[in-house]
Amino acid sequence: MALLQISEPGQTAAPHQHKLAAGIDLGTTNSLVATVRSGLAETLPDENGNHLLPSVVRYRLGLPPQVGEEAKAALIKDPHNTISSVKRFMGRGLADICKGCSCSEYEFAESAESESTVPRIRTVAGDISPVEASAEILKTLKARAEKTLGGELTGVVITVPAYFDDAQRQATKDAAQLAGLNVLRLLNEPTAAAVAYGLDRDSEGIHVVYDLGGGTFDISILRLNRGVFEVMSTAGNTALGGDDFDRAIAQWLAQQAGLGDDISVRKMRAVRAEACRAKEALSDVESVTVSVAVKDGEVWRGELNREQLNALIDPLIQKTLSPCRRALRDAGIDLDEIEDVVMVGGSTRSPRVRERVGEFFHCDVLVDIDPDKVVAVGAAIQADVLAGNKPDDEMLLLDVIPLSLGIETMGGLVEKVIPRNATIPCAKAQDFTTFKDGQTALAVHVVQGERELVSDCRSLARFELRGIPPMAAGAARIRVTFQVDADGLLSVTAREQASGVESSVQVKPSYGLSDREIEQMLRDSMAHAEEDVAARNLRETQVEARRAIEAVESALATDAGLLSVDERMRLDAALEDLRAKAEGGDYLKIKQAIEALNAASDDFAARRMDAGIQAAMAGHKLEEFS
Amino acid sequence: MQSGDLISDYFELFALPVSFDIDGAALSERYRELQRAVHPDRFVNAADAERRLSMQLATRVNEGFRTLKDPLARARYLLELKGVALDDTDTRLDGGFLMQQMELRERMDAMKGAADAEQRLHRLRDDIRTLERQLMDELSSLFADGSPQALQQARDASRKLQFFHRLGEELAQLEDELAMS
Repeated sequence: MALLQISEPGQTAAPHQHKLAAGIDLGTTNSLVATVRSGLAETLPDENGNHLLPSVVRYRLGLPPQVGEEAKAALIKDPHNTISSVKRFMGRGLADICKGCSCSEYEFAESAESESTVPRIRTVAGDISPVEASAEILKTLKARAEKTLGGELTGVVITVPAYFDDAQRQATKDAAQLAGLNVLRLLNEPTAAAVAYGLDRDSEGIHVVYDLGGGTFDISILRLNRGVFEVMSTAGNTALGGDDFDRAIAQWLAQQAGLGDDISVRKMRAVRAEACRAKEALSDVESVTVSVAVKDGEVWRGELNREQLNALIDPLIQKTLSPCRRALRDAGIDLDEIEDVVMVGGSTRSPRVRERVGEFFHCDVLVDIDPDKVVAVGAAIQADVLAGNKPDDEMLLLDVIPLSLGIETMGGLVEKVIPRNATIPCAKAQDFTTFKDGQTALAVHVVQGERELVSDCRSLARFELRGIPPMAAGAARIRVTFQVDADGLLSVTAREQASGVESSVQVKPSYGLSDREIEQMLRDSMAHAEEDVAARNLRETQVEARRAIEAVESALATDAGLLSVDERMRLDAALEDLRAKAEGGDYLKIKQAIEALNAASDDFAARRMDAGIQAAMAGHKLEEFS
Repeated sequence: MQSGDLISDYFELFALPVSFDIDGAALSERYRELQRAVHPDRFVNAADAERRLSMQLATRVNEGFRTLKDPLARARYLLELKGVALDDTDTRLDGGFLMQQMELRERMDAMKGAADAEQRLHRLRDDIRTLERQLMDELSSLFADGSPQALQQARDASRKLQFFHRLGEELAQLEDELAMS
């Protein structure tokens, strides 16, 4: 087959050297890191043999933050400084968080003095944004992986719930940047799970992934065909998960124990912990004894059985089924076309969840891979492929954007520009015009969601196109292009067609951190480290230079024939110049040389892409047109 | 970007004959082959220019696949290729069709709150699918004909198809509401 002969850029010429890459599942309750070693994907344990890292960060005065088990142990005694389930706050504004009713657990700082509207949690170590807390978790996993593998990670794949919106994805990427990780790709959790299962079973056909984690719910429908995982549709709820089960059970416990409405944060945490323990125990037994400290050493004891548990969680399971219905419809398939349902996430350990999901889809539920580890394992497999360790691998993931993107039009209505479940990367250009004579600026408000009113969707960003030449109303033609990349992240450019006035914005989410703030956080974190900012800049630029050189070298090794002698000489000169500059210590000069090399290889890149397409379609052209 | 020449039209990009009738299996297979050649995941370690091109091309391949897969989008795209203007503000259609649309909408309104709403919804959806299929057959022979008159008729038929498309979307929304209540 023609496509087997296409050489892989960046892989062919380089010596066959294994690159250290990892998959990270940054979960609401627990996080994991996994990697592929000797062809086998496995999660990595810490020195005590624990694979799961509790996603809990405890901030202390004058001491570095604690992450994981130690922090989790402090949840009850130090509730205000110990942040758990921080994933729920990622990319969210304060109002969103309070709707989820968990804000009473933390004291949120007023954000008046900071640039963005990111909520910050007040701790003894200062005000902490969710991005920073997540970065602590990522740093811990990075250290674990690098210690185990004995080297620096070249890149990671980090998983996110499929139903995460742009703001939540951007926040996750920001956290990775803060943690000093090179993100090869953000991968949707259900897709990662499908990869873990798919490669094991080599099963073609349509599969459903039902992913109920601690704080989020996702449903994805995928078609597997010769190594290609094509996501047909996805749906979900980013504020529904096992935590809600715990909360429902805790409420019941508090009620049974006769605790009033006025419960301290500390006591509520204790009741929640008991609820969680009871829930987990009931996966294996029919009934458990529960106890709640009431007051002054007085303890209430009672019993919770499966029937009562089911009554408490059934309404929540029911809430997961309407996204399932919508995903089926969006995929345009019938129930009988589905091969099986892959169960992912700790909450799918619940026998009741398995039962109800099996009933709904009329098919087997797959639970053979540990539902806690399956996402990290899939991410590790993808990281291995993306890092270039498997040049002949046929695996390709085609994912979708979970929520429609739109812009605000007159009257607070949303005009959709990219529909949900469009395969990424995707783009759409839309033309706008002015509505007043002489209007010179145009405001664009980008939103994400399915509803018709702007106020019912999530605000992603606002930006202004200025300097439109004054014209009569309706005469200007402003073309706004939305590009969603393979990570599901949006960028927007706008251009006035007649004058060519251009305005480009990296969509900084309405609830995201600004570039300046991230820069500042990086500086702050380095204040403690030995390395200073200049040294870091230089080192990063040198890495970038090496990457650029390797990329061009390997392209030349396979496709030098596409260049004329003259072109080849110019490219070689640019390569030589960058090699020389990269040895020096001036990072600005290196940057310039990288840009010069990029410019010199632009045409070459285009020709290589054309050749790639032609090779892929070669057989067919013959069939069709000769 | 130079790659424009090669992929000026989606049929050529997917190496398929320019026609309303499309071999769905071949389209899907070529879609996967093209993405294997251009997808950004294949260029993670490549130079900036290649990564940028890869994103643009993968975007175009996705757009082409979406356009050719969906009958309404495919019909509109074909009309565009043939130079037939699609004016969305022109909503004139024959009276019989509009009457039929009104009846279908009345059936949709009447099922709200009805005890057998779910059955009614399924019947209505089946009826809509049958009507859509008739329109697609019509489009198929009109595009095969290819004369200027036939293309004008194809334009009307594709507009009718769009009505059904919207109706289908509203029906889906109604289904969500029914499932919630």
